Amino acid sequence: MKVLDGRKKQVFRKGEAPFEFDCEKQSLAGSVSQRACVFCGSRVVLYPIADAVHLVHGPAGCAAYTWDIRGALSSGPELHRLSFSTDLREYEVIHGGEPKLYQALIQLIERYRPEAVFVYGTCIVGVIGDDLEAVCKKVSALKGIPVIPVHSEGFKGTKKDGYKAACAALMQLIGRGPTDGISKYSVNILGDYNLAGEIWIIKDYYRRMGVEVVAGITGDGRVKEIERAHGAALNLVQCSGSMNYLAKLMKEKYGIHSLQVSYFGIEDMAEALYGVARFFKDAEMMKRTQELVSGEIRAVYPKLLEYRKALAGKKAAVYVGGAFKAFSLVKALRLLGMETVVVGSQTGSKQDYALLKELCDDGTIIVDDSNPVELSHFIREKNVSLFIGGVKERPIAYKLGIGFCDHNHERKIALAGFVGMLNFAAEVYQSVMSPVWQFTPRYMQSETRGDVHDECSRTVCP
Amino acid sequence: MNAHEPYAREVTINACKLCNPLGASLVFRGIEGAVPLLHGSQGCATYIRRYLISHFKEPVDIASSNFSESSTIFGGGANLKQALQNVISQYRPALIGIATTCLSETIGDDVRLILDEFKREYGAPGRPVLVTVSTPSYQGSHIDGFHDAVQAVIQQVASGGPKKSMVTIFPGMVSAADLRLLKEILIDFGLDFLMLPDYSETMDGVIWDTYQIIAPGGAPVSKIRAAGRSKAALQLGRCIRRQQNAAEYLAERFGVEGYTLGLPVGIKETDRLMQTLAILAGRDIPRKYQEERGRLIDAYVDAHKYLYGKKAAVYGEPDLVLGMASFLAEVGMVPAICATGSKSGKLAEELRKLLPESEEGMTEVAEGVDFEDIRMLIERVRPDVLIGNSKGYPLARRYGIPLIRVGFPIHDRIGGPRLLHMGYRGTQQLFDRIVNALIRARQDQSPIGWSYI
Ligand code: SF4
Ligand code: SF4
Repeated sequence: MKVLDGRKKQVFRKGEAPFEFDCEKQSLAGSVSQRACVFCGSRVVLYPIADAVHLVHGPAGCAAYTWDIRGALSSGPELHRLSFSTDLREYEVIHGGEPKLYQALIQLIERYRPEAVFVYGTCIVGVIGDDLEAVCKKVSALKGIPVIPVHSEGFKGTKKDGYKAACAALMQLIGRGPTDGISKYSVNILGDYNLAGEIWIIKDYYRRMGVEVVAGITGDGRVKEIERAHGAALNLVQCSGSMNYLAKLMKEKYGIHSLQVSYFGIEDMAEALYGVARFFKDAEMMKRTQELVSGEIRAVYPKLLEYRKALAGKKAAVYVGGAFKAFSLVKALRLLGMETVVVGSQTGSKQDYALLKELCDDGTIIVDDSNPVELSHFIREKNVSLFIGGVKERPIAYKLGIGFCDHNHERKIALAGFVGMLNFAAEVYQSVMSPVWQFTPRYMQSETRGDVHDECSRTVCP
Repeated sequence: MNAHEPYAREVTINACKLCNPLGASLVFRGIEGAVPLLHGSQGCATYIRRYLISHFKEPVDIASSNFSESSTIFGGGANLKQALQNVISQYRPALIGIATTCLSETIGDDVRLILDEFKREYGAPGRPVLVTVSTPSYQGSHIDGFHDAVQAVIQQVASGGPKKSMVTIFPGMVSAADLRLLKEILIDFGLDFLMLPDYSETMDGVIWDTYQIIAPGGAPVSKIRAAGRSKAALQLGRCIRRQQNAAEYLAERFGVEGYTLGLPVGIKETDRLMQTLAILAGRDIPRKYQEERGRLIDAYVDAHKYLYGKKAAVYGEPDLVLGMASFLAEVGMVPAICATGSKSGKLAEELRKLLPESEEGMTEVAEGVDFEDIRMLIERVRPDVLIGNSKGYPLARRYGIPLIRVGFPIHDRIGGPRLLHMGYRGTQQLFDRIVNALIRARQDQSPIGWSYI
């Protein structure tokens, strides 16, 4: 396989060459990038706010493709699971979509009585020149709720710019609510989207430590909670790609410190709790945290070791949206005795990739904004037993007879927290050790070559 | 029959349609060695890929010309050329199918002109066939993109000449299993044929040994070239607009004998297809199909009481709805709601032709609706069963009505591409599923819980 000329610097093999890496670029035309668009980035971040109406201003497709596709759960209202679109037609493309948008907003607000509305601009809106700002302002004044434009026109950058647009929109909510009664030991959880109920697991840990969670931003999100977020003492930022910018804005405006955390894997999860206890400099809290962590680890460790026994020595490939998640996954796989030999992300930054390089062993392929042709080649070349990615990567793995674990936003199994690590190990185990691979060409070839393959005897397989 | 107007509101809630380039991409994926390329922003291609992947569970590569801000100002010509260049060097395709998006249409890119330039600059050797179709989603929906792409391929690739024995068939947007069945039927009739598109293998293939950057299978370009020399062309789909009907085009342009038939769902519509093929092949309907037909009628008889008067809500592309309605009526059910997110403008009229007069007034026909409109119809009509794609599941759950999954997409079950809807065999499967769903509903609701029926 030939890596396209324009992408040569976005692929790196550790140990082979000086580290000159390119990233944060617009995808190459015609390269079949796995990325989506600015709109997608915004939608990902804001979508879990469950008591807001999310109106996509544009033609029907952009909204239809994002209807209820993500596993972000709500403990209450579920407005976010509906798909609203202005469904622009030719008439509006020619004459402008503002009147239609105005009507749509009024109708939606009257019918669903949301706490706020987010209006997403799509490509076409950027071209026909609708003034989102003005329409939103007008409706907001009339209806007395925040109506917030999200400038997410697809062509105006990459998914990362979409994160930024979403953060800017969130800043319009933050600061509107009262902050009295908020504990001095309080945090906001940034960048967890409550996939498969993960934020509930995390919130429970913090509660047991004696820490108040003011707002989930945006997992299981509520407008009124986010409006009070500026009252928290600390911001915990997961998924660096999407929420660092918000943490930065909140630091500038409200002086709130932030901590980078990850809830995936034993090490990182424990550190996410210890970091908070250290920040609050409270001995009692630290003690409670230690007890919590050791109790949780004790509960999952024996079982993890069992999985490790079966999985040790196997190789894995990781290709995810944000690079920060990739770090955690490399570490979590290592805990299971597995080696990551291909790792990449859609939106990593230079520092992210430098860190990844440090973390990985020699020979590991590091890749930015990859595509199916490259990915399929790398995973075959490295003969991995497991691929971790999202929906678009899954068929690449399966077609080649390789195990797969979904670590994207569609997943239905919680992977965060200590219990999440156990779920993760179980999922990896169930995929890698399944007897179905024995029928696949990859397995049969490795058998004739006499390779050590993914052995699966009936006694191990559930 | 009541033509139901969607109630006036300016917002679409849970759309019952997708956008045009999705349909076009599917068509291009059904051509051997072809790669679809969307002219617009990256997002459209990626969203469409993942939507297709979630149904087909196969790799679906769709390239994008990846607009940036400057391309929306100065035009996307340079991007499109670079995209073509990169697709050629990565995929070595036989054909690239270029579909526009809302964005490139709105800024008014002249794709044909850009392609002419590209052809001149690139030269002939090693250059794939380039087909372009205009697919702005603010006009129409995915099914329009589908038919427009088929038409574009034929208009831009097919040529005439002395007639051959080949028959060309345009199956419409059906499942991979349906396509396989159609091919089997054509082979059993001994016909040489072109089926366009044919994604039976490319979108529902076998496990691989090495990665195939373009999935094997699909309608061969050489046969598409010869389409103008077919002895006959069949378009399946009655709701298709005249300008989109590729069989009619071949008839007008090259004097090919053109036929327009319905999707062969149910006995009556399948009979029409089989009789047409029998005439074209100059032989009787093979015994195998006569037996399938006989067994199907036998099953109709065995189960007729479970179905009589039961009301169904059918939704999806107009021709799928029409085919289902025609089948439901012939087994004594009432297609009480016939809904589509598209606007063919022909569904009501075609239904009127196919449904018995006694059903007049019992059927609500709704075009251009979303799932919110369908919900309101369900509230009013209270059907016994829903028949349509998996996006109706929230309604099935909310109202406790069984959902028979048909069509596209099936995102909450495995095997969407393997669902058979057509022919006697497909009707048989459909029939069994519907009857069993109704029996199950009765069984579950019964306080007795009988285990024998
Ligand atoms: S912009 Fe148009 S083509 Fe692109 S996803 Fe939206 S509706 Fe589809
Ligand atoms: S039209 Fe723009 S905003 Fe919509 S999906 Fe395509 S790239 Fe994204």
